[in-house]
This record gives sequence, structure tokens and C-alpha cells, in this order.
Amino acid sequence: MSVITIDRVSRWYGNVVAVNDVTMQIGPGITGLLGPNGAGKSTLISMMAGFLPPSSGTVTIDGQATWRNESIYSRIGLVPEREGMYEVVTGWELVLANARLHKLPNPERAARHAIETVDMGQAQDRGIATYSKGMKQRIKVATALVHDPAVLLLDEPFNGMDPRQRLHLMDLLHRMSEGGRSVLFSSHILEEVEQLAATIQVMVAGRHAASGNFREIRRLMTNKPHQYTIRSSDDRRLASALVSDVSTSSVQLRSGSNGAGGQGESSLHVEAVDVARFVRVLPWMAQQTGVRLLEVSPTDESLESVFSYLVNRS
Amino acid sequence: MNPTVMRLTSRTLLGHRRFWLLLGLSTVLLVLAVVVRLVTGTDDDLAWAIVSGFGVGTLVPMIALLAGTGSIGPEIDDGAIVYLLSKPISRYTIVASKLFVAVVSALVLGVVPVVIAAVLLAENVFTVAVPLAVAATAAVLAYCALFLMLSIITRNAVVLGLLYAVVWETTVANLIPGAQALSVRQWSLALAEWLLGTADAARLRVDAAVGAPAGLICLIALFAGSTVYAGVRLRSIRLVAAE
Repeated sequence: MSVITIDRVSRWYGNVVAVNDVTMQIGPGITGLLGPNGAGKSTLISMMAGFLPPSSGTVTIDGQATWRNESIYSRIGLVPEREGMYEVVTGWELVLANARLHKLPNPERAARHAIETVDMGQAQDRGIATYSKGMKQRIKVATALVHDPAVLLLDEPFNGMDPRQRLHLMDLLHRMSEGGRSVLFSSHILEEVEQLAATIQVMVAGRHAASGNFREIRRLMTNKPHQYTIRSSDDRRLASALVSDVSTSSVQLRSGSNGAGGQGESSLHVEAVDVARFVRVLPWMAQQTGVRLLEVSPTDESLESVFSYLVNRS
Repeated sequence: MNPTVMRLTSRTLLGHRRFWLLLGLSTVLLVLAVVVRLVTGTDDDLAWAIVSGFGVGTLVPMIALLAGTGSIGPEIDDGAIVYLLSKPISRYTIVASKLFVAVVSALVLGVVPVVIAAVLLAENVFTVAVPLAVAATAAVLAYCALFLMLSIITRNAVVLGLLYAVVWETTVANLIPGAQALSVRQWSLALAEWLLGTADAARLRVDAAVGAPAGLICLIALFAGSTVYAGVRLRSIRLVAAE
């Protein structure tokens, strides 16, 4: 079990601040580092991997600094974002070379195991130059796994993968994390993080905007209006009651024409600023006005909306 | 030294098309030597002029430049170096392994043709070929270490190396007497001059700008200094994916 500790870390390039006073801990399990392009994710991963010194603060793995510390790499497996690898060699040769560079007692066995894990046995004897992007990605993962590291760092691992490859890698990362490894991957795509990560660290404009699991992050957004879609026996009457209450900021009637000629189901779209009050008041109002509630569902429980809220807030 | 680093380095270096263009340069020297031999026969003066001028003066720096920069530069450019650096291996071991590959390649492609050309052209083969071989080998060692170190500290190592080899060594050093003292070419020539002895050096008009001891010390200092500094800089190399 290994823990990455990032303690009050900033990193600037000249006048540009890429990472701004970030403190976080990354422990066993899968952690998603989420943020838009330019949020400082790669800079942060570079510092974790010991390829960039923090301008201030410290980055350690189990108490050991990562910068200028070659011995740390027996604990780290790194999957870089960049495509550059030794294209003149075959997949097998590259993974074997990585095993040998780690001075493993049985490099052939370790390489074979890593290649099996990423399911690249069929193509292992082909030159890397002939690989598709997804295959390159899998060989990169194999080189990172070959020494069975306690910490796995992946920079934008899903970039350029097709859905099948994506599922395969997600499954692989799950298996990696089950053995108690700390797996950290960065992504700017919300669905990936939502599906995969037990813990999410959100970076926005160099700052650590939020952390926790998806629901915790959502709960942090107390200022953000929550949106609900409501279907009822009389939307218009319910709407007029709701709009009079202070818990809502907007109420919208939507006629759900389904385009097939017939009248589709209509609905109410409500933005609640005081959620606690809203959920208490809604059933009471329905009762008072004699309207039957058919469906009440939150409409924005996707990471997308949390994320765009965070981006706009900072 | 690490055999895996050496293997990956030689695969990359030999897989580079640019490097094989050098075989062309080596071939030019050899063809020139064969033609001159067939036309004029053996002649120490001509042998020295051709092999020292074109061989040690041009071919060797060019090959050492491409071997030295090519053994690490492309990996830094495309990011593949991360596979070597993310390992519990000393950075000095990585530099030493890469330098070894660069030196061996430059010896094969640079020094071997120099020796063959000298043997083909010289009348007193031993007198002429040995000093040239020593000078070329010394130059290869110093140049490879210098250019490998340059590739770690700058992306423009090939251009800087060319500027040094062409502008400094062949132009500035020829025009400004003081500048000659700071020239790998002159340092290695000093070794050749010393090996030739006073009489042969005078006969072949070999006159290095520095003495042999100074040349040797400068060559060793450049080689050792560049190698150590390359390791220091590789320890602190910064790799960040462009976001």
C-alpha cells in the first residue's frame, strides 16, 4: 500500500502558474484526476513521477521525495501521455527491456505476464511502429506494470481509444486497484472518471477545486441550484404554486411534443436554490393544490454539470 | 554501464536514416583514397593532407556529432527517454551507456575509414596511419561526450554542434590565433604531432596550436567534464506532456 502526498505544491513557469497551492493525498484504489485541458493535471502528474520539481511544497510517495530520486521508480509505474516510444523494437522487446531496466530476477516471465495482462500476446512480435493507437497504449501500460508497482500513474490513458479498448483498460485498472495498488489517472472526460474512479480530485485552472467521490463533490456544490424534472397530473397548477415559494429560482413548463403527431408527456423543470426546503415543500404543495406527483427526478446528477459549475465558479 | 540501455540506444541510433547518410561521407573518403592511390600512388604528404583535412577535420566531427546527438536527442524529443528515466538506474549509468554506443559507432564509421584511407595513401604506412588513428580516436571521444551533453541541455544540439564544427573549428580558429587553443581539432592534432616526432611533423608540416600535454589534458577534461555534466543535467531533466 502506497500513498502519494502532495503538500502545498505550486508550480509556475515564469509568470504562468500551472499548479496553485495544491494539497491532496492519493491512496489505494482508483483516483481520477479530473479537469479541463490546461488545468495543471499533467504538471501535477509530472511532479508525482519525479520529472518536474515543485516550485514550492513537496511531493512524496510514502515519505520519499520523488524529484531526483531514482529509487522511487521501483514503486511507480508510469504511463505517459506522449506517444514517443522505441518504435524500432517490437512490443515484446520493449516490455522485456523495461523488465530488465528494473533489474527484475526473471525479466522474461515478468514481461510475459505484463503482456498477457494487457492482452497483447497476439501482436507482441510486431514492430511498435505498426501498432494502432490503442495497441500502443496497451503496450505502454504493460511497460508500466511489468515490475508490479504499488503506484500506477496514467496521464490521459483513454485518449484516442475506441469504446472497446476503453472498456478493456477500465477493467484492467479495476483489477490493478483490487490488489491494493494506488491507481491515478487523469482525464478531461467526465464519463470516464465517473465510471471508473472511487475518488475524484478535480483540478480547475491550477487549483484543487474539489475532492471526494462523485456524490461528495456534488454535495459540496451547495450554492449550485439543483434541477428537477417533475411530472404530475396538473403541471400548470403545480408550477404556479412552486413559483410562489422561496425555495425555487425558476419553474419552466415543458410540453413534451414527441414529434410523432401525438401530444407527448409534458413536464415541469424546476431549479431549486434551497434543496432542503424544496424537498419538504413539494409534497405539501402537491397535496394542497390537489395535484398528483407522478415523477420527481434530479436532472443534473451528471458530473458534467458539477464540472461546468466548478469551472464557471473559479 | 547497462546492457539494456546500450541495446535500445544502438537500435534507435542505427534505425535512424540520418545516421546511415554518414556511410555516404565515409564512402567519399574511401573512394577518394582509392582514386588518388590509383592515379598518383602512395605519398605521405598527400595522405596527410587528405586524411587529416577531410578525414579527421570533417568526417570525424560530423560522424561524432550525429552519433553523440543521435544517441539521446531523438528520445528526448519524442519523449521515449521516459522509459529509461522511470527506472531505478543511475543517470550516470544511462549517460555512460549511451556514450559508449555513440563512441563505438563513431569509431566504426569514422575512425576505421580514416585508418583505411591512411593505409591506402601513405608511403610510410605506420608513420602516418598511427598518429592519424590516435588523433581521430581522441577527437571521437571528446566530440561524442560534448555533443551528447549538448543534446541533454538543448533541443538545438545538432545546429549548435554544426556551428561549432564548421564556424569555430574551420573558420574562427583559422583566422584568430587565440581561438585555436580552444579547438578539439587542434588538441587532437597536438597528439598526432607528438606521435610523428619533430622530423616527421616538420616534413608533413604538422603544427598544432597547443603542445601535446596541453592537448591531452584539454581532451580529457572535455571528455570527463561533458560526461559528468551530462549525468547531472539528466538527473534534473524536466519532462512534462504539453497540455
